[in-house]
Amino acid sequence: MNMAIMFQRKSVFKTLPAWREGTPRTHGLAQVAARALTGMATSVLLVLALNLLPGGMRGAQADDSLYQALGQKPGIAAIVNDLYDTVLADPRLRPYFVDAPQKRIRQKLAEQFCVLAGGPCQYTGRGMEETHRGLGIDRPAFNALVEDLQLAMDKHHVPYHQQNKLLAKLAPMYRVIIEK
Amino acid sequence: MRQRNSSGTLYRLAWMATCALACAASAYGQTLPDGSIADSLPASSLSGGRLLLTQGVSSIEGAAGGGLTPWALISGYDTANQVGGNLHDTYIKTQDYSLNTYGIALGLGNRFEFSLAKQLFDTRQIGALLGLGAAYTLTQDIVGAKVRLFGDAVLDQDSWLPQVAAGIQFKHNENGTVLDAIGAKSHSGTDFYLSATKLLLDQSLLFNTTLRLTKANQYGLLGFGGDNSNSYHPEFEGSLAYLLSKSLAVGVEYRSKPNNLSFAREQNAYDAFAAWTLNKHVSLTVAYVQLGDIATMKNEHGYYVSAQIGF
Repeated sequence: MNMAIMFQRKSVFKTLPAWREGTPRTHGLAQVAARALTGMATSVLLVLALNLLPGGMRGAQADDSLYQALGQKPGIAAIVNDLYDTVLADPRLRPYFVDAPQKRIRQKLAEQFCVLAGGPCQYTGRGMEETHRGLGIDRPAFNALVEDLQLAMDKHHVPYHQQNKLLAKLAPMYRVIIEK
Repeated sequence: MRQRNSSGTLYRLAWMATCALACAASAYGQTLPDGSIADSLPASSLSGGRLLLTQGVSSIEGAAGGGLTPWALISGYDTANQVGGNLHDTYIKTQDYSLNTYGIALGLGNRFEFSLAKQLFDTRQIGALLGLGAAYTLTQDIVGAKVRLFGDAVLDQDSWLPQVAAGIQFKHNENGTVLDAIGAKSHSGTDFYLSATKLLLDQSLLFNTTLRLTKANQYGLLGFGGDNSNSYHPEFEGSLAYLLSKSLAVGVEYRSKPNNLSFAREQNAYDAFAAWTLNKHVSLTVAYVQLGDIATMKNEHGYYVSAQIGF
C-alpha cells in the first residue's frame, strides 16, 4: 500500500523533466516565457510558504488586522489597563508589579502591543532585557502573565485566533525575560 | 482457558480512588467561573502554568502526546523548577475488541518525563472464536521515560526549530502462553522514539512527528517480533491539531506499525480527535479511531474516550 503510493509519487516527479524537455527549444521567446512563468510560480509558492511562517520571521509588513482586532489605540489601552489590574490582583504576579512605575509601564506596554500588532505607533521604552534584568522572573511568572493577558483580551472580546497572533509575537521574549 | 487478573479488581479500585482524590484536589484549585483567579489558588501551585491545551493529552502508552503517539512535550504543567504530571484513563471500543489504558506520567523541570501505563485488551466474543475463551484479556505494562533534548514548542514562535525529545518505552506483556501460541518471539520489548513538536501559535496549529523503532505487534498487545520479522522497524507517527479556542482543539493522527505476525495482518492506525480542557487540571478527549485489522478481525474502528487529570 505504502509502496504503491511511493511509486506513484516517483512517477509524478519523473514526468517533470519530460515536460521541460517537451517545451520547444527552438522558440527562444517561448522558452523565456516558460522560464518566467516557472519563476513566477515559484515566487507565488514561496510567498504562500512564507505566509505560514511564524510572524516574527516575516519581518515588516503592512498588515494591521491584529491592530484592528485589538480595537486600535483605545482598545489596546483598555486591554493593557485591565491586564495591569488583573496582574495586581494575581498573587503570582503582584510582587513584580506593585512597586513598579505603574503609569509608565501601562503606557509603554500599550505602545509595544500597538507596534507588535502592526499599528501606527512607536515604542519609546527601553529594551526587554534591560527592563527585566535582575527581577528573577521564572517561567511560572512568565506563563502567569500570558494567562492574565488572555483574560484581559477575553474581556475585550478579542477573538481567540487574534489573541494567539499577539502571543506569538510576545512569546520569544521569554529568552531575555526569564532568568531562571 | 479464561484468565483474568485476580488482583486486577483491587488494583483498579485503588486507581479509581486515587483519581477521585486528584479530581477533588484539582477542583479546589481551579479558576473561578467569572474568569478571575481564586485567592485560594494553591500557594506556588504545582501547576506553574502554561498556555492551556498546548500540553497535549496522554497517549495510550502513557507518555504525554496525542492519543496514539507521544509528543516532545513534557507531561504536566511543569516549569523549570517544578514537578507536574497527569493521571489518565482511556477506553477504546471497536466492533470486536476493547482496550482500557490507565496510568500516570510525571514531568520534572520541563526536561524529564516518567510514565507508567497498564493496558487491558479485552477480546470479548472474539476470545472464544480464537479459542482463548470469551472476554479473554491480554494485559501489558509499559514503563516510559522521555527527555527533552532542545527547543520550546510553545515559546520559540520566531523560529522553525521544534521541541525535540527522545524517549524509551519498556513493555511487558503478561500473557506469555498466548503470545507463544500465536508466534510472537518475545513477551517483552523496548521501543525507542524521537519526537519533534511545533506549535505555530499565530496559525493556532500544532504539528508533531515521531520516529519509532519497534518490534511490537499491535503496540505489544500481541507480543514482540514474529515469524515474518523479528528485527526493529522504523515507524512513522504524525499528529496535526488545530486550536479552536482556549479550551478546544481538534485534529488528526496517523501511526504506522510493523507487520511481524503471519497469522494476522497488521495495518496502520488513524484517528480524528477533539480535546476539551475543562480547566488547567481536567481534560477530556474523544476520537474516532481506525485501527485496521487486529488479530484476524478486519477493519477495526470505533470510539476513543479519555479523561485526564493534571496535578
